[in-house]
Amino acid sequence: MKEFQYVVKDPLGIHARPAGLLVKEAKNGRSEIVIEFGGKSADAKRLLAVMSLGVKSGNEVTVRVEGPDEDSRAEELKAFFEANF
Amino acid sequence: MLTISGKSVYQDICMGKLAFFKRQGHMIKRYKVEDAQTELARMEDALAKTREQLQKLHEKALTEVGEANAAIFEIHAMMLEDPDYVESIQNIITTQQVNLEYAIGATADNFAAVFEAMDDAYMQARAADVRDVSDRLLANLDEEKKDPNVFTEPVILVADDLAPSETIQMDKDMVLGFLMKEGSVNSHTAILARSMGIPALVGIGDTLIEAQEGTFAIVDGIEGKAYVDPDPETLQRMEERQREAKERKELLQSLKGQENVTLDGRKVKIYANIGNTRDIGNVLMNDAEGIGLFRSEFLYLESQDFPTEDEQFMVYKQVAETMAGRPVVIRTLDIGADKQADYFHLDKEENPALGYRAIRICLTRPEIFKTQLRAIYRAAVYGNLLIMYPMIISVEEIHQIKEIEKEVKAELQAEGIPFKGDIESGIMIETPAAALISDELAKEVDFFSVGTNDLTQYTLAVDRQNVKLDPFCNTHHKAVLRLIQYAAENIHREGKWIGICGELGADTRLTELFLRLGIDELSVSPSMVLEVRKKVRELDLSSEKTSGLPWGGGKEQYE
Repeated sequence: MKEFQYVVKDPLGIHARPAGLLVKEAKNGRSEIVIEFGGKSADAKRLLAVMSLGVKSGNEVTVRVEGPDEDSRAEELKAFFEANF
Repeated sequence: MLTISGKSVYQDICMGKLAFFKRQGHMIKRYKVEDAQTELARMEDALAKTREQLQKLHEKALTEVGEANAAIFEIHAMMLEDPDYVESIQNIITTQQVNLEYAIGATADNFAAVFEAMDDAYMQARAADVRDVSDRLLANLDEEKKDPNVFTEPVILVADDLAPSETIQMDKDMVLGFLMKEGSVNSHTAILARSMGIPALVGIGDTLIEAQEGTFAIVDGIEGKAYVDPDPETLQRMEERQREAKERKELLQSLKGQENVTLDGRKVKIYANIGNTRDIGNVLMNDAEGIGLFRSEFLYLESQDFPTEDEQFMVYKQVAETMAGRPVVIRTLDIGADKQADYFHLDKEENPALGYRAIRICLTRPEIFKTQLRAIYRAAVYGNLLIMYPMIISVEEIHQIKEIEKEVKAELQAEGIPFKGDIESGIMIETPAAALISDELAKEVDFFSVGTNDLTQYTLAVDRQNVKLDPFCNTHHKAVLRLIQYAAENIHREGKWIGICGELGADTRLTELFLRLGIDELSVSPSMVLEVRKKVRELDLSSEKTSGLPWGGGKEQYE
């Protein structure tokens, strides 16, 4: 299981558009991806769940990746977060 | 005549009959079903049909309002694929043995409630998205559905608020304008109306009633007003305004893509000044060749605390990318005690205009300065950025700045962070001091940009905010123009360039003079770019004529 923390920079937090991109991205690879924030967690493939975490600018989320390709996926997701959030 | 106010979304005028938008009411009935499987099958069909529709709407939106605004339809499609959404409908059907319509309605209510409960305006607005996509799903199940909004002539549409799909589905030829009871200028409707170029007012409240259907009205998107059943005076005034707006539009069409060149072949660059990333659209729409002044203060003023390097980086990167290779001159923060940025903890000053501001803050609080520079150098990789320093009065300041620039670049290098350090860096000529030692300054920097507003203020010792002083504030004062000329000669002697980013740049009575002085670039507000271009294209500098110069005579005046 791989895990990393990320502080969201986008002024709108995790809003509809990047959340949509995340859902698309999460469907790649063979690992389960979970976003955790404020005591709640959401399967990154579930748009409404991700959005209802209510992550705002400056909030720190924990991203957990679990699966056969978790190493590479974790790296890819880190880059993805940097570029989109 | 009834006068209504609202927030304008698009600055144009339209006239026509009012039509009230009829939203298809979905009377959701709840009833028991014998066979849950049939309902589940109906659900799959409806989902498939709706996804297809959203795909088509997405494609239509892409061509009409661009990718960023069209993305909402992709989001809606994704909501329909969201396992939580689908499973919720399925569960309600199977556990309660009820009809699909009810299951959709209840699911929509539940998810909308989650968003509405969030303490974030943006997220609360997403509740509308959940409802919109659910309504679409329900509409597809209603076989008797007829579109009640079919118009026989172009109308002004009145509605509470419109969902994105409702706006994009409008036949643009049939809609002259929108009058929205609710909504903010950043709602979907507003954004789409703006992209479609349709006059719209939002937030007009409950002043219109259905009984007014068919009444003639005028929407004035320039003033943010609407007139229902206008009196003859108003009608005449608006018709005149409409003519002017039409002329401006045609000007835009005719001058876009044209070169900024005089009749005798002299060229000048015309850029735009902006104070926010929201204005970038205007810059491109008005065909500016670049951004001559990007006021970075908004990042600091719109924040409750110092914007981080990454936050700044994202913004500068966005500008750089959106401008796609066109130059963007970023002016480092120009904040003083007169601007609202409490977290800077600036002392109250008697004379903030002469006070601890801009580069003075940056040089004495280098952590703030370095953060901004780091963000700019990092973003410079993505486009064509230049840096400009405000309020300069001495060569010493420039030397200090260069030391800090060097440090920042070395640090980024050592940290292995990608950046572009060899970008042009220039200074504002906005103090008499800078203009008068511009011969020395010209050797130290890559370009000058004249901030005529402050230069005028400091040179004439006039507070430009004080209306009483208007008779004393001659914006064409010889003193100011002489300083500009002196700075221009000095920078050109070094083979470098000078621009004007203050209001005087857009003063077409001075365009000829500026060109005669050899000014290389005029940076004006986006809406003035084409006006200035028009003036430039009408000029012929080879002629002996000196009309348009307020004092007569030519360059010899200054020698």
